[in-house]
Amino acid sequence: MIKKSDISITTWILIAFSIINIIFLATGKLEFNAKGIGIITAVAITLAMYSFLYKDNPVFKIAENLFVGVAMGYSLIIIWYNILKPDVFEALIVPMFKDTVIGPQYSVIVPTILGLFMFLRFSTKLSWLSRWSFAFIVGMGSGIAIPNFINAILLRQLEPMFAPLYTGSFWGTVNTLLVLVGVVSVLFYFFFSLEHKGAIGGVSVIGVWFLMIAFGASFGYTVMARMSLLIGRMQFLLKDWLGIIQ
Amino acid sequence: MNFFKRTIPMIIAFVMGILMTFQYYVPHESSQDLLKVVTRWGMIISGFAMFIGAYSLFHMHWNRIRQKVAGWGYSIFVFFGAGITIIFGLINGGEFFWNDKQTGTMFDWIFNNVQVPAGATIFSILAFFMASAAYRTFRARNKEATILLVAAIIVMLGRVPIGTMISQYIPVAADWIMSVPNLAAKRAILIGVSIGVIATSIKIIFGIERAYLGGGD
Amino acid sequence: MEKLLKIDRRIIFIFVALAVTIPLLFSFKMSVPPTRHVISMYDKIDSLSKGSHVLMSFDYDPSSKEELQPMARALLHHCFKKDIKVIGMTLYPAGTGLAEKAITEIGDEYGKRSGIDYVFLGFKAGSSLVILNMGEDIYTAFQKDFYGKKTAGMQALKGVSSLRDIDYAVNLTAGGIYEAWIVYGKEKYNFDLGVGCTAVMGPEMYPFIQSKQLTGFLGGLKGAAEYETLVGHKDRASAGMAPQSVVHVLVVCFILFGNFIYFATGRKK
Repeated sequence: MIKKSDISITTWILIAFSIINIIFLATGKLEFNAKGIGIITAVAITLAMYSFLYKDNPVFKIAENLFVGVAMGYSLIIIWYNILKPDVFEALIVPMFKDTVIGPQYSVIVPTILGLFMFLRFSTKLSWLSRWSFAFIVGMGSGIAIPNFINAILLRQLEPMFAPLYTGSFWGTVNTLLVLVGVVSVLFYFFFSLEHKGAIGGVSVIGVWFLMIAFGASFGYTVMARMSLLIGRMQFLLKDWLGIIQ
Repeated sequence: MNFFKRTIPMIIAFVMGILMTFQYYVPHESSQDLLKVVTRWGMIISGFAMFIGAYSLFHMHWNRIRQKVAGWGYSIFVFFGAGITIIFGLINGGEFFWNDKQTGTMFDWIFNNVQVPAGATIFSILAFFMASAAYRTFRARNKEATILLVAAIIVMLGRVPIGTMISQYIPVAADWIMSVPNLAAKRAILIGVSIGVIATSIKIIFGIERAYLGGGD
Repeated sequence: MEKLLKIDRRIIFIFVALAVTIPLLFSFKMSVPPTRHVISMYDKIDSLSKGSHVLMSFDYDPSSKEELQPMARALLHHCFKKDIKVIGMTLYPAGTGLAEKAITEIGDEYGKRSGIDYVFLGFKAGSSLVILNMGEDIYTAFQKDFYGKKTAGMQALKGVSSLRDIDYAVNLTAGGIYEAWIVYGKEKYNFDLGVGCTAVMGPEMYPFIQSKQLTGFLGGLKGAAEYETLVGHKDRASAGMAPQSVVHVLVVCFILFGNFIYFATGRKK
């Protein structure tokens, strides 16, 4: 429900924003070109997004939906210029109609057809053809994953666990032992086929402690990450727009 | 018809899965060529697959406009944003889409001044909600929550310069937390997840897992 | 006391905004001593000779730009200062604009030319499939660069036919793609790999560091600030350390104060 006070606040903010930018443009603080107008547009979008912190409002929803549309449009154009144009259009279709140094790359026909089959997913009669494309990708991905994951993750991550416990120093040895205990106890915790009782329950509890420390560390890093994003936006507003920091 | 709708896709998945598994162990040149061809095909098909996401999004918003659900007016901005971006992308600074991509065009301007600030800002909003959650809900209600809380505080202080100013042992403690208990837990999770990936891949190849076929017959 | 627990969250938001803005306005300087994982990555790139090839994969989008773009810029400064040839690419469509901007801006500062001193290959879909394809033949994966120029015969790629020939790879990532680079890239094609990641993902790097599958990693804005210190080119990441410190202390205070009030009111009951 939009209240009169909300409309009045929005109007005053818009007026203040416009006045600030007109002053910046008039005094030359922001150039009256694509770059200057771009900064003003970026600031408007940023402030529209931050208006959500006051409360959910139409300005935020407009900015959010605009972002979704622009992001999707950008991805589609990039796919055209980076994938479809060089790998399909110029590799296969153009050489069929024009004399080029390298002839048509006929090997591209099969993936192009399978790619087009994917679009048939939305057809009621022919959607089953899209299954062939998905089966190709999923089957290939699964086959590639098995040996690579066994080698690169399973074996390579188990390798350090088989290194000698004694590393030459007391604390090094303690830490190595703790890592071994931690990995084993966490793996015990995640093995739900056996009831967590008795000895298994005891080991699982140790696993939970290790998990809690890890999650606490992850929370700390997550706070760091989100605050960094905020700091970046503030730097943009204060430096690139207002010019009050160097 | 079931043969074309179910059996052939499962045969394709089986053949591709077995082929690519054995390809890893065959060092012959033909095996390397097979990998090159198949992965290139996969890259091209993945390019087409990205259009499916776009279609789903546009279809959802079109339905919202058509059925006039609450807030349908905002969906118009999705089409407006996408339309403007695509049009300028195809115009390509006057060279049009059949020529190489130009730089410094209106398409790039829209990316730099609409998508980048919007994308960067929308996730930075989480910083505020995180701080609010830290104050209102993060409670040391039991032993496990207390361990989590203490670890979080040590890492938060240890990972910024101010931690060293408070005490030289805070960054040391933070480093130990990351290099020992965190490493152990993350390694165990990694091992568990990779076993899951291998198991799921085997199930897909042998047709036990068929979710990728989608619903229907 | 209980009223303090039910405080309007917008007041908390104001505290956070002030905690970030005030240190920026007063330009508090803080030293950022580099940590061992960042030093490892720096030393690796520093050990490369002129004309070496470093592959940088800019696998992030605008939502992680504030953490990863400063990292990208610091790494590019290092590479271009040492006349290392940079091969840029991305596995995220929205990463192309950010990657292109970083490479061309920093390249221009050092007088580097596209196609000769660096190449920006652009985007390809398929993640692990792209890495595998590049591992066999870079020219099959990327027949043309981002600007439509043929990659075959390009001076910036001279001596490189596949991932086996690169001297170092850096994956700047906001998601799980670093795992694909390790599994399908580093382990299969035997090149050294470093990762620049958002702070959220920092804890996940430690198992790979211990197993020596990564030479080092840069975690979040602090990682970027440490690298800027090592390269001697302090920029936004270093400037962000003061507000980062203040806001961390604020969040810790929030946690402690919130728990204090909670237990104090709880005991009364």
